[in-house]
Amino acid sequence: MKANELTLTNAIKKLQSKKLSHKELYEDIEEAVKRKNTQLNIYLSVDKQAQQKAEKLQQSVLAGMPFAVKDNFLTVELPTTASSKVLEGFMPPYESTVTKNLMKNGGVVFGKTNLDAWAHGSSTETSDFGPTKNPRNPEYLPGGSSGGSAAAVAADVCLAAIGSETAGSIRQPSSWCGCVGLKPTYGRVSRAGVVAMASSMDSPGPITKCVEDAALVFSCIAGKDRYDATTVDAPIPDVVHTLKDGIKGYRVGICYVDHEKLKGTPAANAVIEAGKLFESLGAIVSYIPLSQQLEKNKILTPDYAIGIYTVVQRGEVSSNLARYDGIRYGADRSKFGAEAKRRIMLGTFALSKYFDENIYEKAQLTRSLYIKNFEQLLTQYDVLVSPSSPGFAQKLGASKNSPMFGELEDMLMEPTSISGLPGINVPSYHDETTNLYLGMNIVSGQWQEEKLLRAAYSFEQATKWNSWK
Amino acid sequence: MQSKKVSTHDVAHIADLAHIPVTEEEKENLAEAFTTTYGVVDILSKANTKGMTQTQQVTGLENVTRDDVIDETRMFSQEEALRNATTIHNGYFVVEQVLDKS
Amino acid sequence: MNTYTTIVGMEIHVELATASKMFCGCKNDPFGATKPNIYTCPVCLGFPGALPVPNKKAIEWTITLGLALGCEIQLYSKFDRKHYFYPDLAKGYQISQLDLPFCKNGVIITTDGPVRINRVHLEEDTGKLQHTEINGNKVTLVDYNRSGVPLVEIVTEPDIHSGDQAKEFLKKLHQIIRYLGISSADMEKGSMRLEPNISVRKVEEKGLPNYKVEVKNINSFNFVKRAIDFETKRHIELLERGETPKQETRGYVESSSSTVSQRSKEEAADYRYFPDPDIPPLRLQSSYVESIKKTLPELPDVKVVRFIKEYALSREEALHITEEKTIASYFEGCVSLAQSAKDTQMLTPQKIARSIINIHDEERSPKQLLETLMKKENEKQVDMSVIVSALDAVLDQQTKAIDDYKHGKTSALMFLVGMVKKELQGKGDASVIETELKKRLA
Repeated sequence: MKANELTLTNAIKKLQSKKLSHKELYEDIEEAVKRKNTQLNIYLSVDKQAQQKAEKLQQSVLAGMPFAVKDNFLTVELPTTASSKVLEGFMPPYESTVTKNLMKNGGVVFGKTNLDAWAHGSSTETSDFGPTKNPRNPEYLPGGSSGGSAAAVAADVCLAAIGSETAGSIRQPSSWCGCVGLKPTYGRVSRAGVVAMASSMDSPGPITKCVEDAALVFSCIAGKDRYDATTVDAPIPDVVHTLKDGIKGYRVGICYVDHEKLKGTPAANAVIEAGKLFESLGAIVSYIPLSQQLEKNKILTPDYAIGIYTVVQRGEVSSNLARYDGIRYGADRSKFGAEAKRRIMLGTFALSKYFDENIYEKAQLTRSLYIKNFEQLLTQYDVLVSPSSPGFAQKLGASKNSPMFGELEDMLMEPTSISGLPGINVPSYHDETTNLYLGMNIVSGQWQEEKLLRAAYSFEQATKWNSWK
Repeated sequence: MQSKKVSTHDVAHIADLAHIPVTEEEKENLAEAFTTTYGVVDILSKANTKGMTQTQQVTGLENVTRDDVIDETRMFSQEEALRNATTIHNGYFVVEQVLDKS
Repeated sequence: MNTYTTIVGMEIHVELATASKMFCGCKNDPFGATKPNIYTCPVCLGFPGALPVPNKKAIEWTITLGLALGCEIQLYSKFDRKHYFYPDLAKGYQISQLDLPFCKNGVIITTDGPVRINRVHLEEDTGKLQHTEINGNKVTLVDYNRSGVPLVEIVTEPDIHSGDQAKEFLKKLHQIIRYLGISSADMEKGSMRLEPNISVRKVEEKGLPNYKVEVKNINSFNFVKRAIDFETKRHIELLERGETPKQETRGYVESSSSTVSQRSKEEAADYRYFPDPDIPPLRLQSSYVESIKKTLPELPDVKVVRFIKEYALSREEALHITEEKTIASYFEGCVSLAQSAKDTQMLTPQKIARSIINIHDEERSPKQLLETLMKKENEKQVDMSVIVSALDAVLDQQTKAIDDYKHGKTSALMFLVGMVKKELQGKGDASVIETELKKRLA
């Protein structure tokens, strides 16, 4: 096995026990980049000094390991474009808190990865710099918006990656690329220095080769930040050590498999199989029926979440992109791509006096229904489980001419995202003919990343879906 | 909630508010996209939100403030502030002359 | 023009003199900055990913102002985003307050009646624009030193009915702000800005007129009066012709004390307000508000009443002495120093007040002021015999005055006192002279 194919945890172990050198590792990574990047279009920029930086970081927690960072995180040493022509060549004058924390712990920002421009999408096809291709099968898309980061992990051109999720943008591409993606609780990880998409939902998080890696990276980047008033002062649980404690007695709730769009699909079946596995590991598994209105012990249909997410997200997007006027940095507004223009306009529309009723308010009211629903369910269950994506990765070109592509694709993740809950994707099935994957989404209560990581780890260890085992 | 058809005139007005330049063709496409979105959003009217309050902050946080101290670590020098601008002049950012607030 | 009444509501913006800006830790000193764009950071320049964190002191001072204006304090509050595009607005939206302002329903009493304060809220200031030409091209220069400075907005009800009342209201507001020490409130430095909204209707009509005119670019309280007077006249002329004045924004022109129309939009702006998701709401404890109330200094109106009572000052003297809190404190310091020693007890509060009022360009410590006054007192001491001879000399000459006094003209007495004082070259106690004269002329 080449050094770039190791998991983060194993590479650190090897390096710290002198069985691996930074030189070896970085040479293998760079060779893989050379071989794959042109075709797959994963990295938009790469730090040529990465290895030198790494060599000074042997003793740290992350030991100078190379990270792929989504190009909506501001980095002082590499351009930050958000995959948009508006920010082409932009060299930020300040660093995002997440990359600062990563570096403080000894991680190296190896390169910046491609994304759907401004994180608007679930395919990485709307990047102004061309789509990224799925390393598992290059005729297919990697998902989005953190498609570049998920692809970087799947292609072994990094040891771990950083992405961001508003509603599915970490978990869905992780699902399509067959890797692990953790969206922490909203408020766990600082948004300072991340190009804002929907301020009330954006959550930076790790995309990794295995659950253990996700736990490690999460503990390195989470924490209250004085530059982000929406981060909480809650202590970070010792997830790295509690990971392997098993799930005996865990109450697991299976959701959405009876939704009309999912009934009988491979994605639903994979989750049903997972349910059986959880039972064999000592968990108490039940199915939570779907409901059209708020009802005790039932899960509210995700159908409203699309509407809520559309209005709130697009409204906040139109507001957050108002600062791009080309005066202090970047190009003027005519350089926005088609999808960005569409979302800005729709967001402006949603917030404007055009609507007789205040639909932003109505959306925020309906959002409260989901929060209430999950609050109640998560007193009955330790984790909720569902498919991450309705299906396998889709072919290149699938997202074009579909104005609601992103929101429909992320339907299963929108309810928990608008509620701010944490969730993790783990591979739940692999198709040998296409080499494509399905993913399972495990959700726990606010600030309860510990629980979902334990469940995810147990599942990963007991199954064969992780390609790095 | 009204499920109505959106016209290119509506789109032009919104484009003006959003400061987004749009071509005639884009206006047509956007009018369609707006109308489709209306349909999706319309489903919200079916949700019973009686007795609910609006969600503003999912974290439950309140009263997050900072002390009134100068933070030199984050302040830019004039050079840093101007570095990324297209046009500067004697320490100022420069734009074409504007007239009215819009 | 008594058939019409003027209706004015004021909108005032005040820059708070905190050390740092409203949502970031940049230095708050736009007027004092020697160069443009030297007090900026990712937040106030609106860089990608930069997030606002509210300044605790700015909130405290806004509540302090609200309490001083007799407002109710909103215990649950938030900040909202107000969207519009303009180069001085870095984020493309201003963080302000819409429906839950920190303070509501206050009042300032003027001679012509109470002027109610509708709201006092907190927001951030914009950058500054300068129009110029570079190489023949018309451009606008932008300086963001002022971007993000904490700004308090005070809005009154349309309770002002004349230029004079507006002036009085503004002077009182200005004085209160300076008493609280929360802003320099200097119109020349731009730390206090005013916009009157003016309309006119017939006296007998009820309710508000169906239009109002906003006037901008007013740099002093005097100009506010002139603008209101000009607009009143202009509106009346139009109304007399059966026309309704156009609802618009006008600019004040100093040189002609008039206003001119500025380009105006037909429709009301669509600011697309929504609560700022980057800033969690504020839930204030009433104990917190009470503790702020305790820190309020004695306000001008109350101090004037007390000074009249306690120090036997005239209303005019009291108003003068209390105009600035520092001078009022200085006065009281001198008074207590005078009271503390037996030989200075003759230096009454009135004498001290008059001295302060008359000599305002010298910096004197309380001790120095008392010394000066004592010197004067001693000089004033003259022998009774000297007074009597001066009196004799005057009474010899001023036969007409004596005659007038004897015929009941009391002012003649004061005239004679003055003549005696003149004879004594200003020395001598006026009341002693008066008593002696009365005796002699009885």
